[in-house]
Amino acid sequence: MHYSGFKVIKEALTGHRGWGPAWRDATPKAQYDYVIIGGGGHGLATAYYLAKEFKQARIAVVEKGWIGGGNVGRNTTIIRSNYLLDGNEPFYEFSLQLWENLEQELNYNAMVSQRGILNLIHSDAQRDAFIRRGNAMILNGAGAELLSTEQIVARYPFLNVNNARFPIKGGLAQHRGGTVRHDAVAWGYARAADRHGVDIIQNCEVTGFRIENGACTGVETSRGFIGAKKVAACVAGSSSRLMEKAGMRLPIESHVLQAFVSEGLKPLLPGVITFGAGHFYCSQSDKGGLVFGGDIDGYNSYAQRGNLPVVEDVCEGGMAIFPNLGRARLLRMWGGIMDMSMDGSPIIDRTHVDGLYFNGGWCYGGFKATPASGFAYAHLLATDTPHKTATAYRFDRFATGHMIDEKGMGNQPNLH
Amino acid sequence: MLINHPILGPRDAGEFVYKGDASLIRRPDWQADDAVAQFIDYGYLRDNPAGLHRELWFHEQGDRSWLVVTRDTTTHEITKVELARDVARAEGRSK
Repeated sequence: MHYSGFKVIKEALTGHRGWGPAWRDATPKAQYDYVIIGGGGHGLATAYYLAKEFKQARIAVVEKGWIGGGNVGRNTTIIRSNYLLDGNEPFYEFSLQLWENLEQELNYNAMVSQRGILNLIHSDAQRDAFIRRGNAMILNGAGAELLSTEQIVARYPFLNVNNARFPIKGGLAQHRGGTVRHDAVAWGYARAADRHGVDIIQNCEVTGFRIENGACTGVETSRGFIGAKKVAACVAGSSSRLMEKAGMRLPIESHVLQAFVSEGLKPLLPGVITFGAGHFYCSQSDKGGLVFGGDIDGYNSYAQRGNLPVVEDVCEGGMAIFPNLGRARLLRMWGGIMDMSMDGSPIIDRTHVDGLYFNGGWCYGGFKATPASGFAYAHLLATDTPHKTATAYRFDRFATGHMIDEKGMGNQPNLH
Repeated sequence: MLINHPILGPRDAGEFVYKGDASLIRRPDWQADDAVAQFIDYGYLRDNPAGLHRELWFHEQGDRSWLVVTRDTTTHEITKVELARDVARAEGRSK
């Protein structure tokens, strides 16, 4: 069913009886060409681009829970392409370009809102670093603008520019950044993939891989064995637990990142602001809630909930830069589990097992990468060669010394 | 979280810095034939279990001792705290 204004009017006049489910609730077949493990944003996008762009068929997405119930529904919905390094910036810019056409592509209202993202500057050294980053962004076609304190005050008059420790001395803006409704991304990709014949199999947990003579021939699941020519792991957050079943240890630790939503407020915050020095970033959802977050808790966790010291730290950071935040009440908070990799960058690569592929290590940057991750992973699955924007995301980069370490923190995952 | 320090008693986890997987105590032998491969594993690969995890915490805001903490990564419950020194010596290190 094609969604359109005409369809909305027709359904409004006929009692909304003709909508139907957005995708089929498929039951697993015995054999597929591709089985994608993980029905999150990345897995669904991979299935969609495999079918649409690479003309592949017989594709299944197997999901342990339900569509939209994992990290794709637990993030803070920001999109941007403001990276520095060559291994990253072309990839994230490709992703942002895909976001810009996503709704027409999927025929689904994902509420893509390019309201702009602003990284605040507090010192001369930070300004130098941000100018360098801005130049890298401009060279890659992403666009960037260095803003003065006056320009920031004009747009965000409520910011505390005279904080004693971190006075605001300017900012690096990417006007094409913004937010997207995260659930709609999952639903939109699921519906679009389904329309291209992809089987979306929910409540189907992968319990093991069937590996014969060094080649993966399928997955054991809670709903029986499913055979596949190619098996694609796509379960960031739980990557180590899944790949352990194939005998792999990964350059990844799982960490919990908390996010917060205030009560609904009238329009206050027009764009996304990030206060990196104080570990705080914030945007306002279309419902009016201030959506904000900060640092990871810092120790390995699969708990999907964090602890109070980081709640306090994030709220202190928010109050330092955004004092009227203190008048809003915190409505909800939650934690999401992320693959924190050894250099802060993801992996999209083959594994040592033939027919078994891996996508993970997204740290806390997975949401913005959803379209490009899906596209690049589909490219790898269909052609066995990496997409031109994802050539650096290899497993062996740690052995060869080609780390993509944006922050220069080294092999300490909780510092990225 | 409270970490029950073997010498100082229960201390707030905020006083500590987290390092990670306690197997980092076992640095490979640099003279081994496959030392390069061993050091790549040591530097970059980690056990990352859901459940009991032995991990290194450094008491930076306290007595600056290294601890091996056994903690459940699905509940954050801490079941055992040892001095890393004792763990390493029990494994025959740093005599």
